[in-house]
Amino acid sequence: MAIIERPATVPAFVGDASASPPALVTPTAALGAFKRPVSTTGWKSWVFTVDHKKLGLMYGAVSLFFFLVGGLEALLIRLQLAAPDNTVLSADLYNQMFTMHATTMVFLFVMPMAAAFANYFLPLQVGARDVAFPRINALGFWLFLFGGIFLNTSWVLGGAADGGWFMYSPNSSPLFSPSHGIDFWVLGLQITGIASLVGAINLIVTIINMRAPGMSLMRMPVFAWMQLVTQFLLLFAMPVITVALFLLSFQRNFGAAFFDVEKGADPLLWQHLFWIFGHPEVYIIILPSFGIISEVLPTFSRKPLFGYKFVVFSGAAIGTVGWGVWAHHMFASGLGPVSVAVFSAATMLVAIPTGVKICNWTLTLWGGKLWFTTAMNFAIGVIVLFTIGGLSGVTHASAPADTQQTDTYHIVAHFHYVIVGGAVMGLFAGFYYWWPKMFGKLLSERLGKWNFWLMFFGVNLTFAPMHILGMQGQPRRMVVWPKKLTGEGFFNLGFWNQVATVGSFTIALGVLIFVINIFVTAKKVEKAPLDPWDARTLEWMTASPPKEHNFDSIPTVHALDEFFHRKYEEVDTEDGPRLVRVKSAEQILAEEEAAGDAHIHLPSPSYWPIVLAFSLPVIAYGVIFNLMLSVVGAGIMILGLFGWVLEPSVADDSDYDPPAEGSGPSKELASIG
Amino acid sequence: MADITIHEGAAAPADHGHDDHGHDDHGGAHVTSTGLSNNKLAMWLFLGSECLLFGGLISTYMLYRGRHGGGPGPAQVFDIPLTSVSSFVLLMSSLTMVLAVNSAKRLDDRNTRLWLMATALLGALFVGGQVYEFTAFYQEGLGFTTSLFSSSFFTLTGFHGVHVTLGVVMLIALAAIIGRGRISGDKAEVVEMVGLYWHFVDVVWVVIFTLVYLIPA
Amino acid sequence: MSAVTDTTHDAEHAAEAHDGHHTPSDRHFIIIAGWLALLTALETSTYWIDLGSFATPLLLIMMTIKFFMIILVFMHLKYDSKLFSVMFYIGLGLAILVYSVFLATFQFFAR
Repeated sequence: MAIIERPATVPAFVGDASASPPALVTPTAALGAFKRPVSTTGWKSWVFTVDHKKLGLMYGAVSLFFFLVGGLEALLIRLQLAAPDNTVLSADLYNQMFTMHATTMVFLFVMPMAAAFANYFLPLQVGARDVAFPRINALGFWLFLFGGIFLNTSWVLGGAADGGWFMYSPNSSPLFSPSHGIDFWVLGLQITGIASLVGAINLIVTIINMRAPGMSLMRMPVFAWMQLVTQFLLLFAMPVITVALFLLSFQRNFGAAFFDVEKGADPLLWQHLFWIFGHPEVYIIILPSFGIISEVLPTFSRKPLFGYKFVVFSGAAIGTVGWGVWAHHMFASGLGPVSVAVFSAATMLVAIPTGVKICNWTLTLWGGKLWFTTAMNFAIGVIVLFTIGGLSGVTHASAPADTQQTDTYHIVAHFHYVIVGGAVMGLFAGFYYWWPKMFGKLLSERLGKWNFWLMFFGVNLTFAPMHILGMQGQPRRMVVWPKKLTGEGFFNLGFWNQVATVGSFTIALGVLIFVINIFVTAKKVEKAPLDPWDARTLEWMTASPPKEHNFDSIPTVHALDEFFHRKYEEVDTEDGPRLVRVKSAEQILAEEEAAGDAHIHLPSPSYWPIVLAFSLPVIAYGVIFNLMLSVVGAGIMILGLFGWVLEPSVADDSDYDPPAEGSGPSKELASIG
Repeated sequence: MADITIHEGAAAPADHGHDDHGHDDHGGAHVTSTGLSNNKLAMWLFLGSECLLFGGLISTYMLYRGRHGGGPGPAQVFDIPLTSVSSFVLLMSSLTMVLAVNSAKRLDDRNTRLWLMATALLGALFVGGQVYEFTAFYQEGLGFTTSLFSSSFFTLTGFHGVHVTLGVVMLIALAAIIGRGRISGDKAEVVEMVGLYWHFVDVVWVVIFTLVYLIPA
Repeated sequence: MSAVTDTTHDAEHAAEAHDGHHTPSDRHFIIIAGWLALLTALETSTYWIDLGSFATPLLLIMMTIKFFMIILVFMHLKYDSKLFSVMFYIGLGLAILVYSVFLATFQFFAR
């Protein structure tokens, strides 16, 4: 059967279980009701878009908003702890605050912000014009947005979740948390979880199947690699939390017995399921940031990444070993000596690939012509702060030490160093590095320096004292510290709590400057140069911001750091071989434009992702308040699925601009964005 | 279908002159980097992910199967002859499913629809058996909230039942869409995709049948 | 495989043809289904015949055989690209490993 030569017509199959097979109809045969939207301007061009760049920007904007929300919650927590016997928050509100702070930061900021970068830059970095499943991509974004809103509406509908972000049972049962908060939390995470799952499938297929010619796996940028590992972790970790959340919601909403100790339930069931998800989750949080700084460090050291293969494989190793360490979160729960020993050893093992990465980044800097832009500052900040957090992490791998530190501020110090110092600082490196690519304007470097140094000092000021607090025995989640228990001298709790509070406001000031920077930059008329950082990877081989179709002609890749190798060639001189600049970015772009494809069809926008995504919070409200509402939601869902399936594959021909004769590439796609 | 236009755009410029040398190592490599269908790859990834979902539910059941307090336990309620019959029914639906896929590959619409409907019918029969089973259990005093055993049993088999029900809906919709000629692209692949999902649901039942019903607690 | 020369076939079929693989015929599927039915009958028979401590391992073996018959033949993993197998087996292997350890921490296998 080797005679089939034409490209396959691959239907836009939903790719998940809820999908019915699509009808591949030609536009002219389409049912009138299921026409595809075609607006290129106005709100419709955003709401119905399937363009990975627009979705990436929306992911970014929404996550940034939730970052501010989560930050506000953090500040309230720190205010409450700023003085002895403080009354800024009631104990009940305080519980909700730290639960929602963690939930928001993890699920509504760090993960989706990494997804924003993945959405925007993965297709560009591997040389594709969009992701493999554009409509599913849109579905993922809307699910995330609606899930996040749903989660936060609990504040006004009877109080937010108050069980801590890991929501241990039996504390999460209705007896101990009678408000609807935990129901909102469970169902909200279920919705954002679906977003992560479909996003993971989509991005993995994109990386495996949509690479430009010549872009072998070992020529992919490290960011793409780290995203690949992250998406695999999501793919396999999300179903585990899904199970746990279903068990909990069946218990809370339908009276199931899963965590009912009276009936003989084992509270460790929840802990295991949560941490089987939860530990891969921490790598899901950190690996995208590792990917970003692996792009930023070589660019601003003007050297290739030291040991590319080691960085890639150690990332994959972290992803693998990360599955065998979950019970180190449970050393204090009485697992038994064998389990503790096994998980303790496995945990120490994770330090090896992580250490490899730190070494590689440091050696990338070694001997490089360092250029201290704000992005570079943040990237180096990640190395420093993550190493501190990593070292305290290794001490927790030792079960006897961990048993002392469990549920104290020492743990809080550790994971904030790795999450804020590692993941968040990495994302900020990404903002400064890629801003000119996304918006065509450089963020102000002057404000950027303030942004960086305030955040860097703020992080240390906030979280370093928590090591002391923890060692002194201040428990996590403690709502007040009484004056009489603060102790005296250098190690008194009151002083260090106040230092941490000052630190948290320093971070907030840094973030505020970042927000100001965004507005200042938006007002700026001056355009960024095409290649402001002398960058190395494919995403810089297109206009800034990229054209709707990313590349005029799909580049053929010959090497790792393809763009760099097009700009520079090795020339033999008297002093040995030297790199000489042979082309500018503008010349390369002009070449690509000249060789541009004449007709580029991009995926048409669609109504159905947002409709389908909207049905889920409706169902979820129904589960909490009235099952009739769930029936309505299910109706919307069925409508959405049918619309999705019966939607014509592309917008009607008459909706396109007629192809312009001989006037450069891709005129016709201009109207379909 | 939206996706396909990207592939064409991405790897094969509209002017087909200069992409014809790309497919010597894998047949059709000019479609995707690996030459494999995006949809099938996505489906297999999804099924890999589903392993962790059902694994979690099965493990929860295994952990709790002996904890039935005062209520009836597995040995009292399970009706092995009935479950064996419904297991057999589901197993045979996998046969009709592969026959549908083969018919679709032969471009034999009539038989494709016939076998799809046969599969849906067998699937519905299985779900019917499950509804009967649940009702019988309930009458024997095993409610969803009765004990840890009952909660985890109904959750596990209920999840599976929902998967089968979704599959039945997909099969019927697919047969209808094929009947109305609304698939103009690669029909065989669409049928195959639904088939993969269906077989996976069957394979999960193979595991549940043994671990839950046959191996004594 | 029968006379499939139509252009509606996707890249994989072409790839399969390259490797000399064919989707099994209807007859082959029916034979496999017969084996599956037989195994199910054997499994069920353990309900009436007391095999003592052999029952559990035997049942697990038969389950495994059925499992792989379905995924290898009915789901074409045997005939398809290795990549699909890899994707699925990562999930399957991870599930078995992780949940075995999970149950082991509850002393499930010691009981």
